[in-house]
Amino acid sequence: MSDTVLKQRAVPNVAPVLQLGFTMRLQKIGLNVTLLAGLALLAVVLLVALCAPLLTPYDPILQKLDEGFQPPLSPNHVLGTDNFGRDVWSRIVWSTRLDLQIGLISVLFPFIFGSLVGIATGYLGGRLDTFFMRIVDVLMAFPFLILVVAIMSILGPGLGNLYIAFGLVGWIPYARISRGETLAARNLEYVQAARTIGATTPRIMLRHILPNVIGPGLVYVFTGMVLAILIGATLSYLGLGPQPPTPEWGAMIAAGRQFLLQAWWLTALPGFALLILGVALSLIGDGLADKR
Amino acid sequence: MGRATYIRKRLLLSIFVLFGVTIVIFGMVHFLPGDPAMILLGERATTQNIAALREQLGLNRSLPEQYWMFVSGLVQGQMGTSLQFRQPVRDMVVSRVPISIGLTVYAMGLAAVVTFIFGLLAAANKGRWADQVIRIVFLFILTTPNFWFGILLILVLSLGLKWFPVAGFGATFQEHIWYLFLPALTLGLQLASVLIRNLRSQVIYTGRSDFVRTARAKGLPERLVLVRHVLRNALLSTVTIFGLQFGFLVGGALVIETVFAVPGMGQLLFTSITSRDYPVVQAIVVVSAVLVIIVNLVVDLSYSFLDPRVTYE
Repeated sequence: MSDTVLKQRAVPNVAPVLQLGFTMRLQKIGLNVTLLAGLALLAVVLLVALCAPLLTPYDPILQKLDEGFQPPLSPNHVLGTDNFGRDVWSRIVWSTRLDLQIGLISVLFPFIFGSLVGIATGYLGGRLDTFFMRIVDVLMAFPFLILVVAIMSILGPGLGNLYIAFGLVGWIPYARISRGETLAARNLEYVQAARTIGATTPRIMLRHILPNVIGPGLVYVFTGMVLAILIGATLSYLGLGPQPPTPEWGAMIAAGRQFLLQAWWLTALPGFALLILGVALSLIGDGLADKR
Repeated sequence: MGRATYIRKRLLLSIFVLFGVTIVIFGMVHFLPGDPAMILLGERATTQNIAALREQLGLNRSLPEQYWMFVSGLVQGQMGTSLQFRQPVRDMVVSRVPISIGLTVYAMGLAAVVTFIFGLLAAANKGRWADQVIRIVFLFILTTPNFWFGILLILVLSLGLKWFPVAGFGATFQEHIWYLFLPALTLGLQLASVLIRNLRSQVIYTGRSDFVRTARAKGLPERLVLVRHVLRNALLSTVTIFGLQFGFLVGGALVIETVFAVPGMGQLLFTSITSRDYPVVQAIVVVSAVLVIIVNLVVDLSYSFLDPRVTYE
C-alpha cells in the first residue's frame, strides 16, 4: 500500500511537467492534440494532392494490358496494377485531388446558403421562419443518402449533378445550427446597440450577427466534409459519380470488387486512402469542438 | 402545454410532413430538367412514342390534376408499373420491405449490444488507455465508408477464414440471421460509433450529479449505482440519438444490401436507377421516407412517456 503511494508520488517529477508544458503551449496558440494530429494528417493529404505529378511515375489512366494484376510491392509498381495494367499508386494519388474537391465543393455552397438562411430566419422570425422550418421538417424525413440518390437518378450520373444534389439538401444542418445561434444572439446588447444607432437590418445581420454566430457552423463544416466525401464515394461506388476512367476512390473500390479473390489490393487500398482523409477531417472537427 | 395537446400537435406535424414528402417527390419528377417520357424511352424514341407515353402517364394534364392522380394512387397502394419488369411496382416493393426493415432492426440490435459494452467500458476507464483505444477504433469505424468496410469483412471473414457466407439471404429464419450477420454488423458498428461517444459522455456527466453521490454515500454497491441510477438517466439521450440516426441507418442498409446481395429494397433501388426505372425509384423513396416519419413519431411520443421531466414546447 505505502509502496504504491510512494511510486505514484515519485513518478510525476519529470515526465508530466514536460507534458503539461507541451499541452499548455499548444493551448496558448489555440491548438490541442486532436486538432494538431488532424491538421498534420490533412497537411500530408494536401501535399500529396498538390504534388501528384511529382509523386506518380505513371499516367493514372494509361492502360498497359500486358502488365495487369501485378500485386503490391512489384518491382515497378509499389501498390500493384489493376486489370487494365494501370498503376494503382498513381490512381490513388491522382484521385486525392478529386475527392478533396468533392468534399470542398459539396460543403461550400450548402454552408453559405444554409448559414444565411439560418441567420435570416432566426433574426427576422415570422412567416419566413415558419416557411423555411417546414421545408426543413419535410427534407429531414428523407434519409439523406436516398434523397441524394433519387435526385441523382433524375439528373443523371456525374460530378456536376452530384454537387447540385448536395446543394439541394445539404444546407439543412447549417441552417439549423446558425438559426439556433441567431435566436440566442438576437436580443444581446451588441445587437440592441446596433439597432439603437440606426443600423439597417441587413447590416445588423451580416456585420454584427454573422461573425458572432458562424463558429459552430464552421466547426460542423469538417463533419460535413467527411459526410460529403463518404457519400460521394458511395455514389461513385454505385456508378452515379465521376465516370470511368477518371480515378476516384469509390469508383476504384467498385471496379476492383469483381476481382476480390484474385486482386484484393484493388478494393482494399483505395479504401484506406478514403479512411486517412476522413480521419484527418474528423480529428480537426473533434479538436475544434473540444476547443469551444 | 399538456401531453394530449403535445401528442395532437406532433401527429399533425407528421401528417404535414407526409404531405410535404409527396410534394417533394412529385416535384422532383416534374420540375427537375428532363422530360420523364423522354428519359423513360431513351434516345431512340420517336416523337409519336413520346406523345403516347405522355398521354399514358397523364403528363399532358394540369399539374394539380397530375398531383391528385399521384397521391390518390399512393393512398390506394397503386405505385404504377415498373418499366423494366412490366410488373406492378407495389408487388415488387412490398415483398422487399420486410427484408430491409429486418436488416435495419438487426443492425440496431447489434449496435445496442456493442454500445453498451464499449460505452460503459470507456466511461469507466475515462482518460485511461482503454478509453483512448475505444475512442480511436470507433473514430476509424465512423469515418470508414460502410460499403468498403463490408467488402473487407467479406474478404477476411468469408473468403479468408470461411466463417460466414459471402452473400445472399438464406431460406429459413435461422439462415436469415446467419446470412445477415455481416451486413448487420457493418451497419451496427457504424451506428455504435456514434452512440458510444454519446453514452460515454452521458455516463460521465450523470456520474457527477448529486443523486449519484447520494447513492454512493448511502453505501449502495457500485454495480447498482451504475445500473439503477447512472445508466437509467444516461440512456435517455442515447435513445433519442438512436432514433435520429434511423434515417442514416436506412440509407446505409440500402447500400449494404447491394454489397452483400441481400434481396431488399436497396438492390432493387440501385438496379432501377441504372435502368432509369422511375416508378420503382419513386416508390422506394416514398416507403423509406414514411418509415423515417413513423420512427421519429414513435421516438418523440415514447420519449414523452419515458421521461416525466420532458417539457412540451
